[in-house]
Amino acid sequence: MIPRNFIYFSPSSEKEALELLNEYKSDARILAGGMSLIPLMKMRLVSPSYLIDINKVESLSYIKEEKNRLRIGALTRYYEIEKSSTLKKLLPIMNEAATWVGDPQVRNMGTIGGSLSHADPSGDFGSVILALNGQIITSSLNGQRTIKADDFFVDSFTTALNANEMLKEIVIDLPEGMNGGAYVKLERKAGDFAIVAVAAQLSIDSKGNCNYAGIGLTSVGPTNLKAKKAESFLLGKQLNERTIDETAEIAASEARPIDDPLRGSAEYKRAMVKVLTKRALNLALKRARGV
Amino acid sequence: MFKMEKNTPIKPVETQQKQLYHIKVNINGVDYEHDVEARLLLVHYIRDVVGLTGTHIGCDTSNCGACTVIFNGKSVKSCTMFAVQANGAKILTIEGLSKNGELHPIQRAFWENHALQCGYCTPGFIMQAYWLLKENPNPKEEEIRKGISGNLCRCTGYQNIVKAIMQAAKELRSK
Ligand SMILES: Cc1cc2nc3c(=O)[nH]c(=O)nc-3n(C[C@H](O)[C@H](O)[C@H](O)COP(=O)(O)OP(=O)(O)OC[C@H]3O[C@@H](n4cnc5c(N)ncnc54)[C@H](O)[C@@H]3O)c2cc1C
Ligand code: FES
Ligand code: FES
Repeated sequence: MIPRNFIYFSPSSEKEALELLNEYKSDARILAGGMSLIPLMKMRLVSPSYLIDINKVESLSYIKEEKNRLRIGALTRYYEIEKSSTLKKLLPIMNEAATWVGDPQVRNMGTIGGSLSHADPSGDFGSVILALNGQIITSSLNGQRTIKADDFFVDSFTTALNANEMLKEIVIDLPEGMNGGAYVKLERKAGDFAIVAVAAQLSIDSKGNCNYAGIGLTSVGPTNLKAKKAESFLLGKQLNERTIDETAEIAASEARPIDDPLRGSAEYKRAMVKVLTKRALNLALKRARGV
Repeated sequence: MFKMEKNTPIKPVETQQKQLYHIKVNINGVDYEHDVEARLLLVHYIRDVVGLTGTHIGCDTSNCGACTVIFNGKSVKSCTMFAVQANGAKILTIEGLSKNGELHPIQRAFWENHALQCGYCTPGFIMQAYWLLKENPNPKEEEIRKGISGNLCRCTGYQNIVKAIMQAAKELRSK
């Protein structure tokens, strides 16, 4: 399969990339890991006239710990997330989620910025960033914008990015106190997109009450979904079998799955949201308690 | 009825001028320079332009790993990358593994363990195993299975591939 031809640029700085993006706007596409864009181009579902390859812009690849915050550059690859000792220490849900994306070759190339910009509702990282209440920092020649993850995913394969903007980094406020997270995924075969997957992040206070709950759902809606009702139900409550069960029930009611011939009926997926939310919360709780 | 005039000159269709890009790539220690179209896939460059046909195309949809090569130290699917992206890169393909006519330990282990039947998937598996063992010289069986999860084999059932990688790991560690 051979894509339509295009004009190729390989800028060496972010500024140069933004100038090109500003000039060609929606006729151009950023090329990051290429793990979604190149297959689409080969199938001629997407045929940009200009390709702006940011792989040489090394300043976009980093995982930085700052006062109570973590900054992850758009070009950071799944491989780097999977191996990162900073993340293992501060936000191990990120390492765990990375191990679930595709296969090793895909993770060697694919980037977190590409994953979020692509906005596939079955992408794994959207749910994680929603569960962590992450913020997306965009950049363009006009400056930067900060967008809450929840406002970033507009529809399937559609984000809040303007045509002259690129995703620059993801910022996450670090959890405090006793906290833990988990990414649990159900797949048909190794390396496949999720039938359903759930990201859960919890913090508990000294009395065992929940003071942070983040839940993201994969493959059960037009975008990755933030299970807001489930989150606010759990907040302030003791975490036990009953509350976890009820939270999972609410999360399942918030899911908007559709029947698909490949990965099962809407009914099945909704049932799985409940099962996986329970599993993810139990695992996150165990990790928060350090047992 | 329409009658074709004799010797009507055929006019060339106006085409967009082909834009070519000059790339320099090191493959298996040899420097290559070519002018290529932006849309040329790396696997087609390696096979059809450079002429190294050991790298295979299986699915052409980023799923099977038959096209796996080592790109600046990382295993990648060369059907999902453009040749222009390889400008300045160092690439290792299956042809670059044997030294002085001697098979690489991973190649020999595949042979000795009957880890191939038709052999179509083999170059991809061997390159992926090469990367895997660089990353993790002492992998457990489960780590090998995860490590080759991006490669498909329709013949062997994977058992002997896993065995071969185990053997190669042992041998490479003792070197
Ligand atoms: C075999 C296979 C299996 C996969 N399995 C999974 C899976 O299980 N789970 C999963 O989540 N994903 C999976 N993926 C998709 C993978 O995660 C992609 O890497 C990811 O979706 C896109 O990231 P990328 O860096 O490759 O982006 P690209 O493919 O380069 O780009 C994707 C889109 O985002 C845009 N873009 C990229 N970077 C930026 C930026 N910084 N700013 C603005 N726009 C940008 C591009 O223009 C393009 O439109 C799989 C892919 C393959 C090939
Ligand atoms: S040919 Fe590249 S992954 Fe199958
Ligand atoms: S040996 Fe035939 S596909 Fe693997």
